[in-house]
Amino acid sequence: MNVLEVKNLKKYYATQKAVDDVSFGLAPKSIFGLLGPNGAGKTTLIRMITGIFFPDEGEILFNGKKFDPVNDVIGIGYMPEERGLYKKMKIGEQAVYLAQLKGLSKGEAIEKVKQWFIKFEMQSWWNKKVEDLSKGMSQKLQFVTTVLHEPKLIILDEPFSGLDPVNANLIKEEIYKLAQNGSSIIFSTHRMEQVEEICDHIILMNKGQKILDGTVKEVKQQFKENLFTIGFENMPEQISASGFDVVGRQDNHLIVKIRDGNKPNDVLQYFLNKGVGINAFHELLPSLNDIFIKLVEGTPLSRQFEKINA
Amino acid sequence: MNKIWIIAQREFFTRVRKKTFLLATILLPLLIFGFYALIIYFSVSSDSYKIAVLDKANVFTEKMNGKNSEIRFEIVNSDTASLRASIERKEYDAYLLIPEGYDVLGSDSLIFRSSNAVGLMTREKIEKRINNILEEKRFSKFDIPKQRLDSLQRKSEILYEGLNGSKDGESKAGLSYAVGFISGFLIYIVLFVYGTMVMRGVMEEKVSRIAEVIVSSAKPFQLMMGKIIGIGAVGLVQFLIWGVLIIGLQLLLPLFFPELLDQAQSAQVMQPGAVQAAQSNGAMTALMQNISQINFPLIIGSFIFYFFGGYLLYSSLFAAVGSAVNEDPQDAQSLLLPVTMPIVFAIVIMMKAVNNPNSGLAVFGSLFPLTSPVVMMARIAHGIPDGVPLWQLLLSMAFLIIGFLGTTWLAAKIYRTGILLYGKKVTWKEMWKWAFRRS
Repeated sequence: MNVLEVKNLKKYYATQKAVDDVSFGLAPKSIFGLLGPNGAGKTTLIRMITGIFFPDEGEILFNGKKFDPVNDVIGIGYMPEERGLYKKMKIGEQAVYLAQLKGLSKGEAIEKVKQWFIKFEMQSWWNKKVEDLSKGMSQKLQFVTTVLHEPKLIILDEPFSGLDPVNANLIKEEIYKLAQNGSSIIFSTHRMEQVEEICDHIILMNKGQKILDGTVKEVKQQFKENLFTIGFENMPEQISASGFDVVGRQDNHLIVKIRDGNKPNDVLQYFLNKGVGINAFHELLPSLNDIFIKLVEGTPLSRQFEKINA
Repeated sequence: MNKIWIIAQREFFTRVRKKTFLLATILLPLLIFGFYALIIYFSVSSDSYKIAVLDKANVFTEKMNGKNSEIRFEIVNSDTASLRASIERKEYDAYLLIPEGYDVLGSDSLIFRSSNAVGLMTREKIEKRINNILEEKRFSKFDIPKQRLDSLQRKSEILYEGLNGSKDGESKAGLSYAVGFISGFLIYIVLFVYGTMVMRGVMEEKVSRIAEVIVSSAKPFQLMMGKIIGIGAVGLVQFLIWGVLIIGLQLLLPLFFPELLDQAQSAQVMQPGAVQAAQSNGAMTALMQNISQINFPLIIGSFIFYFFGGYLLYSSLFAAVGSAVNEDPQDAQSLLLPVTMPIVFAIVIMMKAVNNPNSGLAVFGSLFPLTSPVVMMARIAHGIPDGVPLWQLLLSMAFLIIGFLGTTWLAAKIYRTGILLYGKKVTWKEMWKWAFRRS
């Protein structure tokens, strides 16, 4: 059973279809990438899942039951893109307060905060104020307050923005661990290289609509362009073959595009017949970045305002 | 409900534990007290002024010094030259020359010479003293005894009464005026100070970008109400501490300044004529009676009601404005104007109402929920039913409750949208749209 099931969700604003008929499911223990350019509707979608907004239409199922914003928030941890903490409040108290708001009792909250502070080596921070922390430190604190109550569903909006590689890695490791321990994670970003590394499953949104849905592997297969790169000992002089075209050339490498109806073996056969020494041959899969740009390109960079009759 | 409570607790404790809170709460009454004490100190310990009287017409007698008065006369037998010398030796501050053959009934002048310029206040006191003595002398020239003089000069008292015979003395009207004015003004200050505190709290949440973190755990309405209740509690605690401190210090005042009591006594002695003294004594007891006539439980009860009613009504509006403001505090100023205008109007109407509690404007102002917290306090000080009929009081309270439910509902809708909106300058027109669109 999926932790989260979103069915035909719609949210229209006066001048924009912010989320237009989006459906997806989130398997337990999976890390799910929610991608899209700025203004694609990711934040609105997330706000509906976290109960901040009510959808105009559609249904959200949480643990198989209809989502109830008041009682289900304890099962959700959300780190918004616009995030912050009370600057003048002591860090320990603040973490306890946020946990209490999630529905933990004061005693439980204090205990959990202590555990997490030990885990992240933050014990000495308890009586400090947030304004004394560096950006990376406060990001760590923010992460702790998000996952403190051990939610089933964790939603992270650009969790690595502003983090140095060391701290980013620390949080990345923690995300993996949380997924192993049974949480499902929605990871919203437009940094593709992180998605490729972390996510099992992605959806891509543009202009409020879902335009892509699948595992990272599937998506890459779906968008492959039959490109291969071949490494030679000595670059062959003349190449004229019916099965493929040369699309790029670089030192001792060629990039070839195989025509429909032909196979990689045909390419190898051709060069073997020519007696050229081959030392590398592999498929070029598109990066998510390429796919993203390809899909989103051609649409205006910023969304235009339009009249909605809903 | 539970979350509102958690939020209110945070709002309360973070504010109360701040150093600025302690400073404002404890230092302010001390400052007022110190100021008070300073004024009293200066008014009590004014220097005495010693005047030599060179009485060549034998008008003055030795009995002209009142007890404890700052201006002392001393009759001397000397001449101007030696007096001049003794003034230079600082034995006297000045001398008064009554020329030979001075006629009290005539219009001759007396001559007053001093080394330093004489201040206006002192001058007035000296003139009053001398004229009092001369006046008595003139009457005795016509053989009018002192007692008859007093009865000649007595004013008739007019008893102001209500239709049902209730006393409405001048001092009571004055007292009602003072009580009404002070309580109306206090509420006015409460609305401003704590309203702005709520607004700044909301802005802080927006600027520090914690709003979205919180609303993913609690509803925006809970966040707003928690903040309003928490800050309201801060206000209440602050007022209680102020009240206790001010009353306590007030009681301590006579301990520090025993002269204060003497001063009050000597003021009575200074007045010529025993009857007048008796009258002023009567005025004191009348004042005490009037104080007991003012319905303090009613006033204190209504003060607490209008304190909270007005605070709840306005603080939600302030919260709505705070939610619409971005980083720039300048925006707040222009958005705040429609909220602060009614409060300022209220204080204007209150000034009128405290004089004339049953005028049309006062009645309107005390019923209209945006102005009633301030205006009604001015009317209620005059009592029921003289200042305000019971039905109007109840109607006004009902309107205020409806009013704050209305503004809270309205503000909650603006707040919900505003708190998550960044980087956009918001106008009242837009806020109006947020408030009334279907959710």
